[in-house]
Formats: sequence, C-alpha cells, structure tokens
Amino acid sequence: MSSKPTRRLDRVVIRFAGDSGDGMQLTGDRFTSDTAALGNDISTLPNFPAEIRAPQGTLPGVSSFQLHFADHDVMTPGDAPDVLVAMNPAALKANLADVPRGSTLIINTDEFTKRNLAKVGYAVSPVDDESLASWHVHSLPLTTMTVEALADYGLTRKEKERAKNMLALGLLSWLYSRPLEGTEAFLRAKFARAPEVLEANLTALRAGHAYGETTEDFAVRFEVAPAPMHAGTYRTLTGNQAMALGLVSASHRSGLPLVLGSYPITPASDVLHALSTMKRYGITTLQAEDEIAAVGMALGVSFGGGLGVTTTSGPGLALKSETIGLAVATELPLIVIDVQRGGPSTGLPTKTEQSDLLQAMHGRNGESPLAVIAAQSPTDCFDAALEAVRIATTYRTPVILLSDGYLANGSEPWPVPEVADLPDLEVEFATRPNGVDDKGEPVFHPYARDEATLARAWAIPGTAGLEHRIGGIEKADVTGHISYDPDNHDRMVRLRQAKIDRIADTVPPLEVEDPSGEAKVLVLGWGSTYGPISAATRLARAAGTPVARAHLRHLNPFPRNLGDVLRRYERVIVPEMNLGQLAMLLRARYLVDVRSHTAVRGLPFTSAELAEVLHAQALDLQEVPS
Amino acid sequence: MTSTDLGMPSLGTQGVPRLDPEAPAQTKKDFTSDQEVRWCPGCGDYAVLAAVQGFLPDLGLRRENIVFVSGIGCSSRFPYYLDTYGMHSIHGRAPAIATGLATTREDLSVWVVTGDGDALSIGGNHLIHALRRNVNMTILLFNNKIYGLTKGQYSPTSDVGTVTKSTPVGSVDHPFNPVSLALGAEATFVARTMDSDRAHLTQVLKAAAAHRGTALVEIYQNCPIFNDGAFQLIKDRDEGRARLAHLVDGEPVRVGEDHVVVRDGSALRVVPEATADPSDVVVHDAAAPEPTQAFALSRLDDGTMSHVPMGIFRQVDRPTYDDQVRAQVDGARAAAGGPAGDDDLQALLLGKDTWTVTG
Ligand code: SF4
Repeated sequence: MSSKPTRRLDRVVIRFAGDSGDGMQLTGDRFTSDTAALGNDISTLPNFPAEIRAPQGTLPGVSSFQLHFADHDVMTPGDAPDVLVAMNPAALKANLADVPRGSTLIINTDEFTKRNLAKVGYAVSPVDDESLASWHVHSLPLTTMTVEALADYGLTRKEKERAKNMLALGLLSWLYSRPLEGTEAFLRAKFARAPEVLEANLTALRAGHAYGETTEDFAVRFEVAPAPMHAGTYRTLTGNQAMALGLVSASHRSGLPLVLGSYPITPASDVLHALSTMKRYGITTLQAEDEIAAVGMALGVSFGGGLGVTTTSGPGLALKSETIGLAVATELPLIVIDVQRGGPSTGLPTKTEQSDLLQAMHGRNGESPLAVIAAQSPTDCFDAALEAVRIATTYRTPVILLSDGYLANGSEPWPVPEVADLPDLEVEFATRPNGVDDKGEPVFHPYARDEATLARAWAIPGTAGLEHRIGGIEKADVTGHISYDPDNHDRMVRLRQAKIDRIADTVPPLEVEDPSGEAKVLVLGWGSTYGPISAATRLARAAGTPVARAHLRHLNPFPRNLGDVLRRYERVIVPEMNLGQLAMLLRARYLVDVRSHTAVRGLPFTSAELAEVLHAQALDLQEVPS
Repeated sequence: MTSTDLGMPSLGTQGVPRLDPEAPAQTKKDFTSDQEVRWCPGCGDYAVLAAVQGFLPDLGLRRENIVFVSGIGCSSRFPYYLDTYGMHSIHGRAPAIATGLATTREDLSVWVVTGDGDALSIGGNHLIHALRRNVNMTILLFNNKIYGLTKGQYSPTSDVGTVTKSTPVGSVDHPFNPVSLALGAEATFVARTMDSDRAHLTQVLKAAAAHRGTALVEIYQNCPIFNDGAFQLIKDRDEGRARLAHLVDGEPVRVGEDHVVVRDGSALRVVPEATADPSDVVVHDAAAPEPTQAFALSRLDDGTMSHVPMGIFRQVDRPTYDDQVRAQVDGARAAAGGPAGDDDLQALLLGKDTWTVTG
C-alpha cells in the first residue's frame, strides 16, 4: 500500500498526448482497460492525425487519447483534461488551450530540446519561463528516466526510449491508484516472442509506478470509487468493435450468412478488420476493388439470400449511391454502414462529423426512399446494427446506419448481453407461387406485397418454380414485368415510399426525458451527440434550468409521435455537428421552428458549450412574450 | 502451373444441383420467358439469345439454379428473356454483383451479360478485378463496337476515326482489344466467337460453362442500326475464310487455307504456309501457364481484321476466388468444431477482458 495520503475524486479527465510514434493510443487504451476493470464508468476520445507518419515533433504529428472516468455514469470523454501528459513540445502546444488553468501538466522535458521547441515555434521553453505558472507542472525527464531504468538491458538506446510511454503509464497508474496487472498481462501477450522487450516494458511500467511512490514531486495520489453499475459482466468496446459484434449477432439471430463487401476507408476500416477475423461465425469478408464493387457484392449476396453488408464513410457512400438506388428498386435487404467523417470530399478523414444525414436521406436519383438510423454511443453501435438488420430483412429495403468517427474509435463499458435475449431476426423466404397467370396457372409475382409491411416476397435463386427477373428498370406492380406505364410508375413510386413509411409501425415512440416535467425547452439530438447533450442537460438542470431531452435512433421514418413531441415545447433546440441537417428535415416535415446549434470542428461538442446554449435559449424564452 | 491442389472442384458447374436423370429433358422452351423480345430487327443479340436458350438445357442443371446478371445496354436486357433467375442491374456493375452472388452460393451457375460499353468503359474496373480474382462465373461480352442503347456514340472498342453523333469528325481514342485486356488481367479462360456462327458460339459457351473460374467470352455482335457491318469482313464467306484463324488446341495456328502463324522474334507474323519454317509455326497451347503466346495471338488483329483469331485463347486451372473464400470460412468453422452455436457467440461477445459487477 502506498505511504502517501490518498484523496478521493468523483471524476477525472486525463489526456495523453505525444508524437504519433510515442504510443499514446496504446497508453490510453491500457489505462482505459485497467480503469474499467476497477469498475469506473468511462468514455474515451482518441484523436490522431490522418497522416500515418507525420513529421516527427511537429504539430500535425500530435496524437492524443483522452479518457474520462468517474464514480458515476459518464456521458462524454470530458470537456477539459484535469491532467495533460505532454510527451513533447508539440503535444503541449497543441493541447494546452484545452487544459483549464489549475489543472496538472506532466511534461517530458527530455524532448524540450532547442530543435523540438523551434519546430513548433517556441522561442523559449515554456517549462523555463513563467508561461505555465497557472498550471501544476511536473517537469520530468521521462525519456532519461526510462533509459536509466533499463540500463541493464542489452537493447539499443532507441529501443529503450520506446518504453517511455509505459513509464508514463506506470506513473499515471500510481497517481490514480490503478492496478498494473492488466497491462502486465497485455504486455506478456503482446511481446510473447520478444522476452527482452517484454521485460523492458514491464520494468519501465513498474519504474513509473515506483517513481510516483518515492518522489516528493507527487505528494498525494487519488482514487475514484467504482461507479454504481447494473449487475452484470462488462467489457469495453469501441464503436467499430460494437458494430462488428452487432452484425455477427444479427447474422446468428437471423440465420443468414453475413457477407461484408468493403473497401478500406477511414474511419470505417476497423469494422472490416474485425469481421475478417470472425470466419468461424460464418462471416465472409470481401475486400472489393472499389466502393461501388463493395456495395455491388453486398447486393449480390442479398439477392442470393444472404445478409449483404457494406461499410464505408462519406466519400464511399457517395460512390455507392447508384447501387443503393438499385437496392431500393429491387427491394432487397441491404445494410450500408456509414462511419461519418469530416467532409466535403476527403475532408477530415480522422475527425468526426454528422454531415452525411442528408446524403443518406436523399443522396440518390429519383424518389428513392430508404430507412436511416443512427447509433448514439460507441456500444450502441451493437444495438443499432441489430435494428438495421431487422428493418432491412423485414421490409426488404436498404438501411443506412450512421455512425461517426467519434463513436467508431471512442470506447465505453458495455454490459455484455445474453445471446438468448437478443432480438429474433428469423426471416422467411418465399417457397411457393403467390399468384396465378392469365391461364389460371400458379405463378410467382415478385412484386406482390405483404399487406402489413408492404414488403415484397424474398424468393432466392435455387427455389424451383419462383424463377423471376428483377432490376433497376421500373417494374409493373405485382407481376414485376418491365413497365413504362405512367400510372404504374406513379403507383410504384408511392408504394416504395409507403413501405418505408410503414416501418414506423414498428418503431417505438420517441421518449422524452424531463424529470421536472416543467421544461419549456426541448433539446433533440441524433447520433453521437447523445453523450454531450445528456451531460449538458444535466449541467443545465443542476443550474436550475429545466430542460427536456430526446434522442432519435430512427431518422427515416421518424417515430410517429415526433411531431407531437416537437409541438409540446415552446422551444426546440437541435445541436448537430453539421449546419443543421436534422433541423432542416424537422422544419420541412413538421413546420416547427426548431433552433439549430451547430459546430463542425471535427470534434464532439463539449457539454459546457451545450449547457450554455440551453441556458441562453431558456433565458431568451423568458424574455420573449409568449 | 501455379495452382495448388486444394482438393477443390474443377468443373464450372460442379456443386450446382443437376436435373433428375429420370425427369423429362429440358428444352429451349423451358428457358424462354414470357417476355416479348425487344431488340431491333436484325440485331445480333437475337442469335445469341437463341443459341443460349438452345444450349442451356444441355448443361443438365436445374433451371432455378441458373442466374443471369447483366448491366445496362442493349444486350443487358438478356436476363428478361430467359426463364431463370436474373438481375438487370446498373451500368458496369454486373461483375461485382455476380461476384457477391457466386461467392456465397456455390450451388448457382452464374452468368454475366455485358457489352463493350458496359464492361470496358463504365465497368472496366470490375471486369479486370473479376478476371484476376477468378470468380466462378461466365461473362458474355457482346462487342458491337458502338453504344446502341444511347443511340450510337462510339465505344471503347470502336476503331479510331469512328464517326458518330458524339464524334462528328471521328473518334481519336485508341480502342481496347477485349481479349488482350482479359489476358493482361490474367483471366483463366478467354475466348472469342461470333453471333452469326451458332455452332461455334455453342461450342465456346459449353467450354466456358465447364470452366471453373471466370470465363470471358467476347462475342462479335452486329448492330444493324448504329454500326452495321462492323464485322462484315470476317462474316463474309469468302473474305472471312481468308482472315479467320480458328484456334484449335494442340494444332498449328492457321489463317485461311494457306497461311500460318509463325514466331518472329518476340512477335507473331502470318506467312504463307509454303514459305514457313515448320519449327517457327505456332502451335496453339490454351493451357500454357503463361498467357504470353495467347496474348501475342490476340495481337494478330491490328484492328484491320486482316487476321482474326477465333476460339479459346486461354484455358488454365487456377483456384477460384469463391472456392477459396468459402474454404477459409468452412475451414475456420471446421477447426472450431462446426457452425457457431449460442455459446460460441456468447464467448465472442464476452471477449477476453471482462469484469463483473455484482448488484
Ligand atoms: S441498337 Fe443495335 S445493338 Fe441495340 S438492339 Fe438495336 S440493333 Fe441491337
């Protein structure tokens, strides 16, 4: 046990920042796992450059990992770090503005050389002048300490230096009373084939821990009690991992073999990577020659009676549009997962944004309705994937599932569900003729519809007697023959729309959270703003502003009660990481004067920023005579 | 031969359910849908359709296990006229859609119908990747050297100088030779045939269907409306006889009655048989591991149709993409003791790094 006094905190936000090559993502991941194992609630935000190896020591090369852990439930990765670990001057410079005065800076002074300082425009080292006086600064030669701790190892200096992230992790683990065992086990597995590197990393980790214990630089250590969580077995998951697990589960529960057609694209590729390791579960992954082929392969799979899935990001969704339109016309199930990133064009590949909503809704030629849903947190990607499959197979329609870069790479604890409790997604294929021809002979009508869902029959090749042809050219209602008849086209356009509208029959009503029951302001969100909005709502309520909150999973069709919900409040605020795309849809659809709050900085909203908006809107409402 | 023996089927239609031998034989009529055929009068597509409808019963496969996928263009209407499963998809993408279908459904005989614009222009990328992957399917590439459906613009196989509505003073871009392109992509089966030669067409289709892997069949097809007579030089009885080189595996390559193809350095040349050194005469070897000689043969036609090889240029065995993809999935399942049950999925969901909260 530690000889130093321990102070209890209810929440902590730590940001590890360094050069891309400094291993900050790994450090953050490990701290997250060890923290999760202690029972804290957690939310994380990795932030890394688009370049694989940006020039060393420069601002564009800074990579960071922020995590927020607490003794209560956590909604966001935290607005502002309580501790910034800066492994070099660039990391300090790039992140200092986010760190409130009074917070702690742990700085690796070894990297604060003249050359490195000059690279980021520091004339004098900020460690040496007064510029950091309002922060608690721990200036530590982390690199030298690591090399000294590893003096007895037969590794090169460079190899020894590489373990400095473990030394920093050890120190932070001491500071926040985290156990080392989890990371030790991780390192053992990772370096099983390089015993010396393993030992060096373990030594550096323990040296960091021991340093905290012995140095006078740190007078107290902290602890954060476990958060009250529902009983159960937990693990941490990123959004992309959760998405992959959701898809595998959907395949299992539907009994349909899942085939992913995908082309690598940031930040969606990890779903492809994850699914490619799941062959044992009957999962097939096809890395296509381009985005168009990827969705084409998926559609071919669906035609054959499998679960066709494609994963992409905004630019890829643009390329897939025409094939998605074909899926609309052929009325086949198709899962399209768009992990949104900053746009337009290449935009900000590693940053987050919600700006593909209108593309998902309308980005195709013709009247081309399909289902659109969004995931709201990293682990919610699991449930969203199951829901996407439910809609696609029930209604024989493409479903666009929107995630984003923040969800994809962010992580949080996940109560692992029981497989038996997952939704039953069993599907039935057509097996026999469903009509008669002119001569009274039984025939199969590919465009005859189910009365309740308006879905057409899914008759797959290999089924005798149901041979039929589908395609992108307009089809006659019921028979599916090519038809240029004006009235038929009008009817088919309306039928396709009506079918999508029918999905709302199976969408639960939108729930509103309004503990006081007195709110006049409703904040409505969709997608990954769930965390920041929830946290902001709490802040606003704690400050005495009653605010109602609701969050949309289903974006097309909307839940049936959405219009009523909107009209119930004097003011509706819609925060979005775009220029107001949902707000535009709501205004058009419900003629409600929703107020948009937007930011497109490639980063999630902070809860403080949103709380201020809620506050201002509530005040404004008081001043407006109603 | 680069292929490794995976113990995989070697016949294109292996794995596809066959008709009960006791059942009445299928006929052309069984493969003819009730849809009115809507190509222009005299279009070469009619002949190909008739040949395909006539030949499909010979495969002895169950009709419901045959799928035709097409792109966009005149020929891509093909699936509507066959009473099998079919998808008339979008421009250029049929090979991609067929790849997804063929990879997951070993029990289907998958056919792609495409044209020179569909396969070589807008869908060029999908075509070459299907060929290099060697997905088990047969691609019928109708080459009429023109865009028919959009009313007569030049295509990527049109000769330089082709005057069309979009090239009033003649096209300037160099055309693709589809056979050369396919061989360059290392396709395992490449053949050329002609709409008007029913017997040859049927023979080539049969070989293509039997091939396990992607079979590309270029079909010279006349478009009487926008590019009439594009292949007249070789269709003409007398002219054609002197220009065509019918490729026969294991036989010297002859052009017309009295010319042969000889090696001349790294290229091939057509010379009178009488003057040829017998040791220089090219003997066709469709199964040659390297596509080099087949490629050289494909270059015999310099665009003037002076010497046009017809038949199977290349036919080699290489493990197919779909067989290998399925083998990986099946192998992973077998290694884990069979298809995943609830417990297996539960273990996956739990992962290796869990903690428990007691209520
Ligand atoms: S335009 Fe040409 S290719 Fe098209 S159907 Fe008419 S004749 Fe045939």
